[in-house]
Amino acid sequence: MKINELERKLIAAARAQAPSEAVPYAFEKRVMGRLSSAPVFDPLADWSSALWRAAAPCVAVALVLGVWSAFRPEAAPASNDFAQQLDSVLLGGITQDGNNTW
Amino acid sequence: MESRDAELIAAVLQGDAASFEPLVEKHSPRLFATARRYARREDEVQDIVQEVWLKAYQKLASFRGEAPFEHWLMRLAVRTSFDFLRRHQRNRESSFSELSEPEADWLDRFVAEPEAAPEDAEAARLLINRVLAELSPPARLVITLLELEDRSVKEIARLTGWSVPLVKVRAFRARAEMRKILARLARDKYL
Repeated sequence: MKINELERKLIAAARAQAPSEAVPYAFEKRVMGRLSSAPVFDPLADWSSALWRAAAPCVAVALVLGVWSAFRPEAAPASNDFAQQLDSVLLGGITQDGNNTW
Repeated sequence: MESRDAELIAAVLQGDAASFEPLVEKHSPRLFATARRYARREDEVQDIVQEVWLKAYQKLASFRGEAPFEHWLMRLAVRTSFDFLRRHQRNRESSFSELSEPEADWLDRFVAEPEAAPEDAEAARLLINRVLAELSPPARLVITLLELEDRSVKEIARLTGWSVPLVKVRAFRARAEMRKILARLARDKYL
């Protein structure tokens, strides 16, 4: 069978068949009825519903982080004197080159 | 844009929803013809057109009036029809062994003498509808716009929102898909 010729014939058949433009009776009334019953766009309502939808995942994330921070393994003991650590970092350069003149 | 359309649109945008009704009345015939290219059942056709009008109403403020209102509506209609095809793409692949008698006769006639098979026969129309229903949604859309409605690639790009190269790629694939379906039709019928 000649596929290309069949394709041409069938396309020609489809072209010859223009679809009907008939509109059902009182279709415009039905559309207008749907428009009046359609929900009106309300940005505030949309924003608040988005916030409500986001609330549950946020609570879940907060709970997971809380549990994780409560039960995480103890980190290596750090020096508990922050001031002493800061001193040693700041003065490290001076004490290393042995030029401590004061 | 026709001035009457412009006046009605301006009135709707100022809050007079009733001015939308003459627009629906005037432009629905073209929308129905477009929707009937993609949906067979009349209730589906009505759903598509109704959805187009609901979208048109909601997005009316985005219509800038640089092109005719009908062009803007046609873009909505083509995109809504494409969404419809994507939602209803199940059960596409079917066998061609259950052709109706006129379809089978037309094919036999075509095989015996290709020139003798009439293009305007009802059987040919039934067959092409069957073949189109087998195509994937992008292929069906592009074949309909390019081959049946004789639109240019640029026009199709504007209507669908696809880029020009994408339309060309999809047209190439659609033709290949169609030939594959026709080859299957020949195989199911004659082997």
